Amino acid sequence: MSEIIDTDIAIIGGGPAGLAAALNASKRGARVAIIERDFELGGILQQCIHNGFGLTYFKEELTGPEYAQRFMDLLKETNVQIFLDSMVIDLSADKIITAMNPERGILKIHAKAVILAMGCRERTRGAINVPGMRPAGIYTAGTAQRLINMEGYMPGKRVVILGSGDIGLIMARRLVLEGAKVLVVAEVLPYCSGLVRNFVQCLQDYDIPLYLSHTITDIKGKERVKSVIISKVDENWMPIKGTEKVYECDTVLFSVGLIPENEISLKAGIKLDITNGPTVNEYLETTVPGIFACGNVLQVHDLVDWVTLEAERAGENAYAYSTNTSRGGKLLEPILTVPGENVGYIVPQRIDYLQDSKIVQFSFRPKSPDKNCIIEFVSNEKVFDKRKAKHIIPSEMLIYKIKLNPEEIGEKITINIKKNLKKSKEEA
Amino acid sequence: MMKPYDIAIIGGGVIGCSIARWVSKYRLKTILIEKHADVATETTKGNSAIIHAGYASSEGSLQSEMNVKGNPMFDQLQKEINFDFKRVGSFVVAFNDEDMKDLQKEQNQADKRNIPSEIITDIKRIKIMEPNIADNVKAVLYAPSAGIIWPFGLTIGLAENAYDNGVDLLFSSPVTEIQQKSNGFIIQAGQKQLNAKVIINAAGVYADEIARMVGADNFTITPRKGEYILMDRNAIPVNHILFPIPTPVSKGILVCPTIEGHTFIGPNSNAQNDKEDVSTTSAGLNEIIRGGRKLLPSIPLRKAIANFAGLRAVSDRDGDFIIEASEVENFINVAGICSPGLSSCLAIADLVTDIVKNHTTLSFGEKDSWNPIRFPQQRLKDMNEDTLAQAIKNRPEWGRVICRCETVTEAEIIDAIHRPIGATTLDMIKVRLRPRMGRCNGGFCTPKLLKILSRELDKLVTEIPKNDEGSEMVTDRTKFIENKPWKGETP
Amino acid sequence: MEVEFKKPKQGDVPEIICTICPNSCKLQVFEDEQGEIQVEGAGCARGVEYGKEEYLDPKRMLITTIKIENGVLPVLPVRSQVAIPKEKIFDAIKVVNHVSAKAPVQMGDVIIPNLLELGISVIASRSMAAKNKE
Repeated sequence: MSEIIDTDIAIIGGGPAGLAAALNASKRGARVAIIERDFELGGILQQCIHNGFGLTYFKEELTGPEYAQRFMDLLKETNVQIFLDSMVIDLSADKIITAMNPERGILKIHAKAVILAMGCRERTRGAINVPGMRPAGIYTAGTAQRLINMEGYMPGKRVVILGSGDIGLIMARRLVLEGAKVLVVAEVLPYCSGLVRNFVQCLQDYDIPLYLSHTITDIKGKERVKSVIISKVDENWMPIKGTEKVYECDTVLFSVGLIPENEISLKAGIKLDITNGPTVNEYLETTVPGIFACGNVLQVHDLVDWVTLEAERAGENAYAYSTNTSRGGKLLEPILTVPGENVGYIVPQRIDYLQDSKIVQFSFRPKSPDKNCIIEFVSNEKVFDKRKAKHIIPSEMLIYKIKLNPEEIGEKITINIKKNLKKSKEEA
Repeated sequence: MMKPYDIAIIGGGVIGCSIARWVSKYRLKTILIEKHADVATETTKGNSAIIHAGYASSEGSLQSEMNVKGNPMFDQLQKEINFDFKRVGSFVVAFNDEDMKDLQKEQNQADKRNIPSEIITDIKRIKIMEPNIADNVKAVLYAPSAGIIWPFGLTIGLAENAYDNGVDLLFSSPVTEIQQKSNGFIIQAGQKQLNAKVIINAAGVYADEIARMVGADNFTITPRKGEYILMDRNAIPVNHILFPIPTPVSKGILVCPTIEGHTFIGPNSNAQNDKEDVSTTSAGLNEIIRGGRKLLPSIPLRKAIANFAGLRAVSDRDGDFIIEASEVENFINVAGICSPGLSSCLAIADLVTDIVKNHTTLSFGEKDSWNPIRFPQQRLKDMNEDTLAQAIKNRPEWGRVICRCETVTEAEIIDAIHRPIGATTLDMIKVRLRPRMGRCNGGFCTPKLLKILSRELDKLVTEIPKNDEGSEMVTDRTKFIENKPWKGETP
Repeated sequence: MEVEFKKPKQGDVPEIICTICPNSCKLQVFEDEQGEIQVEGAGCARGVEYGKEEYLDPKRMLITTIKIENGVLPVLPVRSQVAIPKEKIFDAIKVVNHVSAKAPVQMGDVIIPNLLELGISVIASRSMAAKNKE
């Protein structure tokens, strides 16, 4: 009863990652199919109507829809098969995707290689266990963004935002421009987690206060949100009694982080890391051979340009896999990468091939902000490479291309972010 | 004035709906009156969703009698009205010698009531049955007949079947006044005035206030709040309902699988005066986390989906159920139905039917046409690939997944809107099909659901509420776009 | 960015936060006795430039949506071709709120020419197909 489709590379998700992966693989001659759940391509970029995209990749500043449109226009010149309005409901380890859509029913897509590009979802009020009532008017920032920027509806009129990530800051400005009142942005961390430009242009320009080290400790209202209580928190994020402030509002937006969305990956038995993204090797290949991952489904990026570059690598690697291109001999045991001092996670999580010396791209995030740092790459208890970083902040991913020599590398590679004491002293 | 009702049931929780379905067998003109837009919106909504084995309630109480009688009734009803229910079995977990005494006491009670149970002391076996249970477990009391249930499915199923068998349902109509007349009662419910010969008061935490309207309030109800945290699917495998040793006021903070494959921890138990306050608190959430960790130390809190609270309706008669013909003729109180109320609901319906038979002049002739089978809603999760492919061919909406977390299609949502108790709100969709109940908290599907409801009900998107009036989700259009019902194919 | 940012109080010397890099230098910008613009607190030359521009002629991109008829969506994302004077943002929004586009549109199509007589157009940020083909 189901329709069988044969392809070289099947890509789950038609957002920025899926688009770039598809273009790159198709350019090399692969037959490619994209399966996208929305009615159009572009993914979350279609609702990110603000500018600031493309400075790295296109060397010019674009809005989200413009960034997506460029890839969509290029895709029109290819023969990539596109399945819109199509939901993947299963993925097997032997790379058969089961998807469904209203027009064609159930599709069985048999692929030589699969690229996961499903993106991420927003962390919710429930996930961070904010207490209170559960009335209408509680949204994640991204849902509010979709309602305003794509559906033309206002989620509310008087708004409190929790979380100073870029989406929260940008939504504060959007709400103001659409006639709402944004009372306050509260951030549990002692620093603003979004870009300073967004702080200035989205909050400061509109006189919206940002309270650092604050969180929501109660939401009141039976039918609709009536007020929220914001309290100062101590260093363990515990609310401090006596610091409560009441804000009368009808809407609360949560902008408290993103989580790679890998429920489909689990169906194929793919192992996930603490990031909730798949653990991958240096080819961005998951624990299931021939299934690759890129973009926010692998790790949450702060710049879409890096998503594109990562996805192009995934496209290239998936193409090589689909044409049985040799990677040389696989190591008997993978070399594991280990997050060391002030490092939250590392992609890739393992190196599977290291016959000759080669360059591997590492991306990782610091756990806490710091200045004047030295980033050490350590193996066999020796620092085999190091880089300087003037400023580090958890919301900015660090990306380095590092040459690995087999004779220097042992069972593990540890990355540490250390204070450059000399430099710090100089500045002091 | 229209012909009076024989029976008016006040309260559309699981108790009111069970009674409605039970009396629908008879040639009686019955109406169920509910304050909110849907059934199962208060106490039935926020509880542990457990069908208890029945050994726990104190000897001689109505609670114990109803639970013991009610537990076995669910299998037959499940066949008739089709709801999710599974006897997964429960553990009461003992950690020390003191606990062992309590375990023995509970087992003695189980034996006395002919409830199958077993004290397991073989740690290896316990660990095989429940791999993530705390390492310091000493023994468990295993009761295989305890089950987990989807309370919404049960209650909606009962109400729909009652409706199909001729019971009238009146929603969004709080009862504000009851006048006693010589031949019955005049009830003011919302904008409507109704006449009824017999009133069954199943108004949950408000049962004392309803009874007071006719002077049948020889009891008071105090809400006891219980807070919960719900964890995602695959967060941690839990196979059984895990209870600590009970305290005098509650069964304690438990860890429990849900029928949909999630895990919850909770509830705590705090008395309050407010009958509407279902807010969670930092202190409460911390309390249940601590409690849950005693049973299952590795609870992955970062897999939390939601926290919520519910109110138990606790009577001042030792906390026991009050199920009786009141001093006021033809006014039956079914009050103080706290735990194990859900487990007892079917037995309570049976008992209430008998009370009405014995204490009123209504004649209980059976309907020839009574149909115990509820026409179930077709669900994606029950289909295989071939039937789904065929369904999509016949109706393309079967091919469009609206809720990605719980895999719910547009066809299912449209059907839920047009069923007997048709969904008109986001919460009504949620409790029928689960969109907005999953890990994204509705982040992805909410705009789509609003549009589908707008189209199917021919209402403005700005008029679609979360639940009751005043809970509309979006306030306005942007850019002065003309506000009219959404009409489109791809939400 | 370890400092708690708060709304500047009235009467404070306006402090401009440099957005060129994560250093977030706090710039004091003022006119000296010779009428020259002075920037203090910048860590680099680009910061000085930024401080002067933010002081003399701060500009922002206009980023919003516009009503669109017969589009697959009811609103179309638009932007100003280049940044417009910051103080004109709300005036610009007023104009945009009352203009309507008609699908189909192509990315880059001029939706409002010469916004507020600034010589700057408002253009479509994406292409949008028509809902019903005419």
